[in-house]
Formats: sequence, C-alpha cells, structure tokens
Amino acid sequence: MFIVIIIVVVLVLLVLFAVVTYNGLVRTRNRIDNAFSQIAVQLKRRHDLIPNLVETVKGYAAHEKGVFEAVTAARSNAINAQSGPPQAQAQAENALSGTLKSLFAVAEAYPDLKANQNFLNLQEEITSTEDKIAYSRQFYNDSVLGYNNKIQAFPGNIFAGMFNFTAREYFEGDPGEQGPVTVSF
Amino acid sequence: MYEQIARNKRRTFVMLAAFVLLIAAVAVALGVIFKAGVAIVPIAILIAIAMAWTSYFASDKIALAASRARPADGPEYARYHNLVEGLCIAAGLPKPRLYVVDDPAPNAFATGRNPQHAALAVTTGLLEIMNRVELEGVLAHELSHVRNYDILVSTIAVTAVGAVALMADLGMRFMWFGGRSNRRDNNDSGGLGIILVILAFALLILAPFAAQLMQFAMSRRRELLADVSGVELTRYPPGLISALKKLQGDQAVVHHATRATAQLWIESPLERDEKTEADGSKKSNWLNRKFDTHPPLSERIAALEAM
Repeated sequence: MFIVIIIVVVLVLLVLFAVVTYNGLVRTRNRIDNAFSQIAVQLKRRHDLIPNLVETVKGYAAHEKGVFEAVTAARSNAINAQSGPPQAQAQAENALSGTLKSLFAVAEAYPDLKANQNFLNLQEEITSTEDKIAYSRQFYNDSVLGYNNKIQAFPGNIFAGMFNFTAREYFEGDPGEQGPVTVSF
Repeated sequence: MYEQIARNKRRTFVMLAAFVLLIAAVAVALGVIFKAGVAIVPIAILIAIAMAWTSYFASDKIALAASRARPADGPEYARYHNLVEGLCIAAGLPKPRLYVVDDPAPNAFATGRNPQHAALAVTTGLLEIMNRVELEGVLAHELSHVRNYDILVSTIAVTAVGAVALMADLGMRFMWFGGRSNRRDNNDSGGLGIILVILAFALLILAPFAAQLMQFAMSRRRELLADVSGVELTRYPPGLISALKKLQGDQAVVHHATRATAQLWIESPLERDEKTEADGSKKSNWLNRKFDTHPPLSERIAALEAM
C-alpha cells in the first residue's frame, strides 16, 4: 500500500514536471518564431524605403548610374531570397547593406543632397531600420541560444527528444567577416 | 538577470508594506496629539493602503506631471522614437510611451509600474547635446530600468515619500494653529499622555527622513546595474561612456526636479558637491553620501570602462 502511494506520487510529479517543461519549451519556441518574424518585418521596411531613397539621390546625382543599379539589383535579390533558408537570406541582406553603404558614400559628395530634408529623413529611417534589423537579429539569436541550451542540457534533452523539439539555426552576419584571419609573414 | 527582477518585485512589496506601516504610524501619532483615540488607527491604515494603491496605479502619471513632461509627438522626435523602438526589439519589450521635458539640462528618466505601462522622458537638452550612439546608450540605460522593474520600486518610492512628507507636514501645521486649545482642555491626562505626545511629535519630525533614507538606499546600486544591462542591449559600451562624460561636463540643474523625484533620473538632477565629482575622492561626509541618489559619475564611467 505504502509503496503504491510512493509510486503514484512519483508518477504525478514526473507528469507535472513533463508538463511544465513542455510548456516552457513551447513558449521559447514561439518566442523564436516571433523574433524571426520581427526580422522579416524590419527587412521589409528597409526594402520599402530603398526605392524612395534611390529616387531622391537620383535627383541630385543622376549620373552615378552604377550605384543605383547595384542597389536595385541587390534589393530584388534580397526580396527573392526571403522565401529561401535563413542563411541565403542573411547573405542577400548583407550584400544589400554593402550597396547601401556605397550609395551613402556617393551622397557625401553632393552638399545640396545632404541638405535636402527628404534625404535626411530617409537617411534617419534607413539608419534606424538597419539598427532594428541588427537588434532583431540579436534578440533572435539570444532566444535561439536560450532555446538550444534548454533542449540540449539535461533533463530538457529527454523531453525535447520525446516531443521532437529540434535545435534552431542562428541568424549569421556576413560569413566573410567571421572567417579565420590568415596572417602571412 | 531574472533573479534581479524577482528580487526587485519582492523588494517592492517589502517597501510598500514599510511605507504603509510608516504612514499608519504617522496617522497614529496625529491621533495621539489630537486626542482622537484608538478609533483613528483602522482609519489610518485604510488611508495608508489607499495611498499605496494609488501610488501603484497612478505613480507614473504623478511623476510625469511633476517633471512637466509632454508627449514626444512630431517629426523632430523621429530619432528618439526610432532608437527606442530598436532597443525594445533587442530587449523584447513593448514600446513605452515617450515624453519630453522642456529643459536645457541633459537628463532622462523612466517610470511606470511594469513594461506594459512604462514611460520614458528625456529633456530637450539631452536630445540636443547627445549624438546618436550616446542617446542610444542613455535610452538603453532607461529601458533597463523598465526591464528590471526598477521603475516600479522607484516610482512608488517617489509617491510614498511624498505622502509621508505631506501628512507629517499637515500634522505639524495643525499643531501650531489648531492643536493648542485642544491640548489645554485635556491637560489632566498626566505623565503618560505627555510622553506619548512627545513621542508622536518626534515621529512626525523623523518620518520624512526615514522615508527618504529608504528611498535612497534602494536607488544607488541599481544605477550601476542599469548601466551594465543597458550596454548588454547596445553591445557598445563607448556610447554610454561618452554620454556619461558629457553629463559629467554639464553642470546645469533640471528645473522641475525635486528631492522626491531625484532618483528617477539617469544622473542626479540636483546640484552636487563639486569636490567629490572632480577628483572622484570621497570628500563628502558619510551622511551626505547616504542622501545621494546616484553613485558619482566617475565611478560609473570607471565601471563601464572595465568591461
């Protein structure tokens, strides 16, 4: 009788623990999905701002054709990559960031453009959108880190295996920036 | 970090209880002085609980109104809004309401009872002298106060200190103007009565100081913590360091800041002893340091530079 009670109590505790762990994992996983959609929202905002920016700069620096074409091409690449895996998407977005940098570098040479209120507003919007992209990636990666830790560390790994929670991928920055540094003498 | 948040929530309840007790004690003291008898005790406790309740739900509005903050609407605050939105994404917080205070002295504060009901306010001076990364550092510091539930603790302290001070003040005034004749009528109560009256009198004088000491003790360590967790958001210590250095160089005093709201701001909005700031040594005496709401800026900068 006594042993039966102990077994029942242990079973109840185990089930409770499983429920709590399961719910915790679901919550973290949903937070990751939410964080990932945040990145998409910010990326879309940047895509929407770019045509405006290109038009504004064109008004002052019409002959810098190469830069405009590069930005436009990189933008459509990035939009196409959105349906692909996070890795390809990150690469396309990084390429777009690069072309935007050269666009702003071109703008530096035109004082009239730099004084244009519309351009200044767009510059503020794009800069802050890029910040937000970086921040949403940071939040996404932090969330993934917490989630992966949960499902890989004991005892979470037991339940993660049972309920099919799998580790998530990080949103990487420019892969070229993180490569090993080669030093030659 | 989560432990810190849990500890802050616990502390809030301890503090609310302490303030309720203090307010009740002040009320009892008033009762003794005015010979109202035991009947006043439950009434006093009810009043105290009501005050604590109000300070929980209305403290942010009171703090904002006391500093004459107005909502930050309009295109000139686009950067302010954008930076806060970005930091909120990084922290996983809802965006707080944003306010500006028309004041040339650079400063900022956060208030509210939880991240869902939070508000940030910055002075126009701060928006003017800080560049983008510095402003971001300051805003990240303020958002950390929101995330760590520091705002709840400090905002409630503001209203509670105000309530205690107000009651004590009212009591003293009544004593001088209306209390005298009463006391002469009941002069037969004897030695015990007189001792009680003296005790009550002492309590009235000391209560505001006790309330302020409680307030300051909690405020200082959390400033350092908010610096560090703010940098955890921006991942860029130089931004906040250079912002704090600018604050150090600026000696202006915020006009609508009082002793009660002092601890809300990112740097002490009141005039301070220059000697302690300039060389970072502890020339001010022990009591003065007890009444400081903020650690010296030089100490905070050194802590960030060590990261």
